[in-house]
Amino acid sequence: MPSEPAQSCYHCGLPVPAGSRYETKVLGEQRAMCCPGCQAVAEAIVAADLSDYYRYRSEDARQGQALVPEALREFELYDKPELQKSFVEQSGEHIREAALIMEGITCAACIWLNERHINAMPGVLSFQINYSTQRARVRWDDSQIRLSDILKAITQIGYVAHPYDAGRQDEVYKRERRKALRRLAVAGLGMMQVMMLSVALYAGDYSGMETNLRDFFRWVGLILTTPVVLYSAKPFFASAWRDLRFRQLGMDVPVSLAIGTAYVASVWATITGTGEVYYDSVTMFTLFLLASRFLEMGARQRAGRAMEELVKLLPAMATRIIEGRDEVVAVSELGLGDRVRVKPGETIAADGVVLDGHSSVDESLLTGESMPVTKEVGDTVIGATVNMDSPLLIEVQAVGQGTVLSSIQKLLERAQQEKPHLAMLADRIASWFVGAILILAMIVGVFWYLHSPGEAFWVVLSVLVVTCPCALSLATPAALTAATLRLSQLGILTTRGHALETLARVNHVVFDKTGTLTHGRLSLQAVRIIGDMEEGRLRAIAANMERVSEHPIARALMAGQEQGLLVSGAQATVGRGIEAMVEGVRYRLGRLDYVQELAGENNQTDTSTAGSAITVYLANSSGVQGEFVLTDEVRDQARPVVDILKVRGIKVSLLSGDRPDTVAALASELGIEHAMGGLLPDDKLRLIRQFHQQGDTVLMLGDGVNDAPVLAAAQVSIAMGSGTQLAQASADMVLLTEHLDHILLGMDKAGQTLGIIRQNLAWALLYNLIALPLASTGHVAPWMAAIGMSLSSLVVVMNALRLNREAGYARPVHPKVKS
Amino acid sequence: MDILYLLIPLALLLMAVAIGAFLWAIRTGQFEDLEGPAHRILMDDDDPKIPKYKDEE
Repeated sequence: MPSEPAQSCYHCGLPVPAGSRYETKVLGEQRAMCCPGCQAVAEAIVAADLSDYYRYRSEDARQGQALVPEALREFELYDKPELQKSFVEQSGEHIREAALIMEGITCAACIWLNERHINAMPGVLSFQINYSTQRARVRWDDSQIRLSDILKAITQIGYVAHPYDAGRQDEVYKRERRKALRRLAVAGLGMMQVMMLSVALYAGDYSGMETNLRDFFRWVGLILTTPVVLYSAKPFFASAWRDLRFRQLGMDVPVSLAIGTAYVASVWATITGTGEVYYDSVTMFTLFLLASRFLEMGARQRAGRAMEELVKLLPAMATRIIEGRDEVVAVSELGLGDRVRVKPGETIAADGVVLDGHSSVDESLLTGESMPVTKEVGDTVIGATVNMDSPLLIEVQAVGQGTVLSSIQKLLERAQQEKPHLAMLADRIASWFVGAILILAMIVGVFWYLHSPGEAFWVVLSVLVVTCPCALSLATPAALTAATLRLSQLGILTTRGHALETLARVNHVVFDKTGTLTHGRLSLQAVRIIGDMEEGRLRAIAANMERVSEHPIARALMAGQEQGLLVSGAQATVGRGIEAMVEGVRYRLGRLDYVQELAGENNQTDTSTAGSAITVYLANSSGVQGEFVLTDEVRDQARPVVDILKVRGIKVSLLSGDRPDTVAALASELGIEHAMGGLLPDDKLRLIRQFHQQGDTVLMLGDGVNDAPVLAAAQVSIAMGSGTQLAQASADMVLLTEHLDHILLGMDKAGQTLGIIRQNLAWALLYNLIALPLASTGHVAPWMAAIGMSLSSLVVVMNALRLNREAGYARPVHPKVKS
Repeated sequence: MDILYLLIPLALLLMAVAIGAFLWAIRTGQFEDLEGPAHRILMDDDDPKIPKYKDEE
């Protein structure tokens, strides 16, 4: 039979599975689609008369996903007034405005598509997406249309939008950006005018200029430079003053010294009509520094915005039972003694005790325990854990400050305050640089004073200006900005400035287990055929039987399987298994004793091993047919990464809250010698502090709530992108991709960055060493100082740009981060 | 060269105007989205407000 050529989905570009028949007529022709999701989205686009999208687009769309009814109902939660208070602005009786984060945008045509589709809806007053940040602002009339309708419409054409609290980060960023831009504008325009005048002054030096004109130019220079120094350069002075108050000599101290002394001396020269003026150097220096800090801020804000997109605005909602009725309330409204119903798949709202129900609960984000824990009447449950099997009725026993979650948060706050900061390279150099320059300047001054007093002041001034630490202060920010941007594009977000430099000096890596070294969810590891059915059939039957279940076992069995078999009469018995009719034949799937009730006793011994694996059996009335082994699968890259770390001479440890025997098993599998299980967050903190005291520079990797304090306490830390929000907020970097080997990428980049910073600092010092003798002997005129400053800065920035290039890894830009 | 005593203050005045314009641009958000306008003009399609021949009554 001839095989059909592999087709690509017209909508998303992914390959069309053989034999699938999804098609839509777009732009006059039938086009193949890969799945019902893409087909539905394409049909919606065509129906809305927006097929021009397919003409305009330059990239494939994201694969269309049919949203589950629960997710659509989640949108309706956004209509609730209590929730809207936190992110909706009201102007007028019905007019509302909100900000949305858009997901799935791949090119400019996607933005066009969304804007046209939503703007066409009755009741929508305006909908505009910012191309650079991919955030949208929507204004609507609440009496004609609801926010959830708008969100659903966006989903219809294949994108996902969720509201966010623009006030929190956006406003702060906007104010920061605008302030910086204003200072830049003043500095830039001032500098350009001053340069013009300075060229005139240089020419005048050379070929002679009448004194009146020269003084006139100087006074104009003064007028132009004053706002630059007093307004644009204010942040440098403020920061230097702050440093001095705490007896530190940060990078801003030499900067302020340079700007300040050059300005004051130039003013003196202008007033007395003697010596040289250095207005051009002052303004140029200010502009360069402001520009570099602006770019740094841009990189930081971009990473921060990507971080914000990981946070969902929906607060935990819980179903409270009042007088026999179900009522959906925010978790913060729960009180002691309230009864709450938790459905399978939902998060348990607060610490409490089980009144009714029999289920298993995933506590891994709190304890690191990867297997769900069984809960029955009378057992305690912890807030923020996830209910798996079947509904539970809980009586709330602790809220707010008294919960386990809040005790972890207190630990986290303390850890953040005590976080040890390694001294940054540039700051250390800045300290003795200032001292050295001042001493040298004094020596030069004294020398000249003894030999030719009239010149002394001007020579000392030229020394100070020429050694002006332009290159020095650009060295680190330029490198960090380039490296941060590059890493962002690769899916590693850096939100704390010092992280990269510290990462380069790490000699000890500490891993968490569940969710970090493992995927954090069950997956099918092995299938054993016991009867006479083949493996594919066994898997298909199991997958179809588990269709209705939320349990992680169900999800593991359903992964990758088609849902085509006819199943009826499915009945689940909690903790034991599922029984159903599949294509007319009765099957049971679950524990051995459960399925044996159907199959009849045979010589099957329960080979399920205690600890890390779960085994389920499939049987029909003729006997046990197959065995499925499920484990929390270790990530593929875990072992190679550990090996490489050891080769590099970096210590590797594993600290986990999971059972010690499971932890020991994983440690030996990965070759990690130092591993400890059964740890509470407090224990982990203690151990990290011990490592610090032993002199190690520690990198911590984790994902759960129980990791948050340690992530905050470690010198540098990385949270998994799939982990909890608390962990991501506590860590210095977030790994958006799921690939552990990207950690090595990050460490390499960090090493490169440190190297570039060192090169830049070395160049800056070398430049000063060359310039100093020239200045000390009175050979440096203002124009030479200006040129020297620009050239040395240019070298530093160009060098830093080398970090932007690929070196080895050639990976595409990560979809979650916009470039 | 005496004309410079007039021209340079004039230049300063112009610069003040330029700074004013810059500050206005920042305040009205002209720098918020630098890529958008470039794409928008390419995809500005026929506005429904512009009547086509067959739509004219």
